[in-house]
Amino acid sequence: MSDTRRSTNESVLISAVLVASAAAVVGGLIVVPLAAVFVEAFGGGPAAWWEAIAGDPDTRHAIWLTLIVAPVAVLVNTVFGVAAAWLIARFRFPGRSLLISLCDVPFSVSPVVAGLALVLIFGRQGLLGPTLAWLQWKVIFAWPGLVLATTFVTLPLVVRELIPVMEAIGPDEEMAAVSLGASGWQVFWRVTFPNIRWALLHGVVLANARAMGEFGAVYVVSGHIAGETDTMPLRVEKLFQEYRQPASMAVASVLAGLALVTLVAKFVIERRLEAEARELELARSTDGTTHDATLETAPS
Amino acid sequence: MPDAASTMIALAVPSPQSSHPYGGPPAGAVVRRRRHPAVLPGFGLSAAITSLVIVLLVVFPLAVLVLRSASLGPAGFVAAAWTPRARAAYGVSLSASFVAAIVSSLLGLLVAWVLARVRFPGRRLLDALVDVPLALPTAVAGLVYSSLYAKKGWLGQWLVPMGIQGAYSYLGIVLVLVFVSLPFSVRVVQPVIESLDRDTEEAARILGANRLQTFFRVVLPGILPAVVTGFALSLARALGEYGSVVFISGNMPFKTEIAPVLIVARLEEYAYAEATAVAVVLLAISLALLVVINALQQRLSNAAQ
Repeated sequence: MSDTRRSTNESVLISAVLVASAAAVVGGLIVVPLAAVFVEAFGGGPAAWWEAIAGDPDTRHAIWLTLIVAPVAVLVNTVFGVAAAWLIARFRFPGRSLLISLCDVPFSVSPVVAGLALVLIFGRQGLLGPTLAWLQWKVIFAWPGLVLATTFVTLPLVVRELIPVMEAIGPDEEMAAVSLGASGWQVFWRVTFPNIRWALLHGVVLANARAMGEFGAVYVVSGHIAGETDTMPLRVEKLFQEYRQPASMAVASVLAGLALVTLVAKFVIERRLEAEARELELARSTDGTTHDATLETAPS
Repeated sequence: MPDAASTMIALAVPSPQSSHPYGGPPAGAVVRRRRHPAVLPGFGLSAAITSLVIVLLVVFPLAVLVLRSASLGPAGFVAAAWTPRARAAYGVSLSASFVAAIVSSLLGLLVAWVLARVRFPGRRLLDALVDVPLALPTAVAGLVYSSLYAKKGWLGQWLVPMGIQGAYSYLGIVLVLVFVSLPFSVRVVQPVIESLDRDTEEAARILGANRLQTFFRVVLPGILPAVVTGFALSLARALGEYGSVVFISGNMPFKTEIAPVLIVARLEEYAYAEATAVAVVLLAISLALLVVINALQQRLSNAAQ
């Protein structure tokens, strides 16, 4: 009796020590830096913070550019993600596993390497450089390059969210819709889309966060021309290099604020996803019982 | 016996759920299926969009990169990719990423264990905070880490007099790499700990094993594949990282210059050959890691079933 109590006391103590160390890890590595961003950004008062953001035309332009580039990259990613997930989760074809691996490549390739590859194609001395010069199109050191680089680094995020969800749901409902005469788009909008919308939103939120914060790939292709090709993260770096730490922190705090909004959205969406996964499981188990019942009643 | 009988029925009567791993068409659709190779529409369109994006954005640029370096010739490639400064940069990149991935795996295991096993007030908050490095731009992380650990920073004012240089040093590189890779090591291990069978641990304890023996002999073999996968993911993420490191490392050639920083430095000098050669070496390491990660994840999902 007393032995059991000693051992429970012991496990409570061990649990407390473990929780405290985990909290220290997350606190030291994540919470303190996050808090420092806001404390340092607002150290000079809200008025100075606002002046650092809105009073600098180059910073204003950087915010505007990020708000253009990120949605375009996310849009391309959404279309690609849905198409690739439909292809990978609903069809079997030669080269399918190679395709899955290729979707993952941007995750492990350094963004700087990706940026360099784009420069080698679209840059002035690149493969398509002379053609682009003749057409008078600017890709590198201009916004199309930023969009390409951002799309590359965010490419796996939407597909990776959709494939497991679509595989878990299975094609039965879509197949039923097709056999009842629905067209391809009708199947997608009325059957598939309602099933995957939360997973899609989850992927979009993650891709958007990564797109707004991307630094390495964008750094290489942008040429960092202030007021022209600087996005918000590039602006943070430029202000830092110019020894304008408070202004740099102010821009960083806007990005950190966006990251917090992303996390709240992610949290809410994950609750919905969990609820839908539970519903799916419930539907499966009821489905299973009816199926067993038919087996028992219908001798074949 | 009844088990065998029901298996035979299941084999004889294909159910919509078990006949085909992806559900398969209902019995009535078999005729349709013979006429069309695929039952569901949209194969052509989705294949067209997917291959267009993958070829234009992934295959073509990386192929151009490799071909560009191949045009240097073997001797030229070695001369460009294997300079003393480049060798030092690979060394810093590999060793800092390796150390960071190990630290991140150990800390990640601790955090994952606590989140999966212990119920305490604030657990959901701690769980949500683990995702911060995924959402926080790496440039912001680099900026704030360098300011925290600098001589006058919140932490630097205590650490620097003790001789611990967190900013503009090798230690700084490891610190930010642990930050960016922590979510990967936590999120891979956490679900595996949640799915562990606690009865086995209890049995081990009842049979007289102490806590440490139970952990190392019973728990660890079960979660080791996940920990190794988390380590590989962290390593891949850390090797390619640029945004956060460039703020904190000081970027001193031969000392704290990582390979991606060297690529950018060469590119800004218009030394395309050397930038390309170093990039191809880094690309080869990343792709090799990707193959390893895929194999590990395959094993992990097989083990889960």
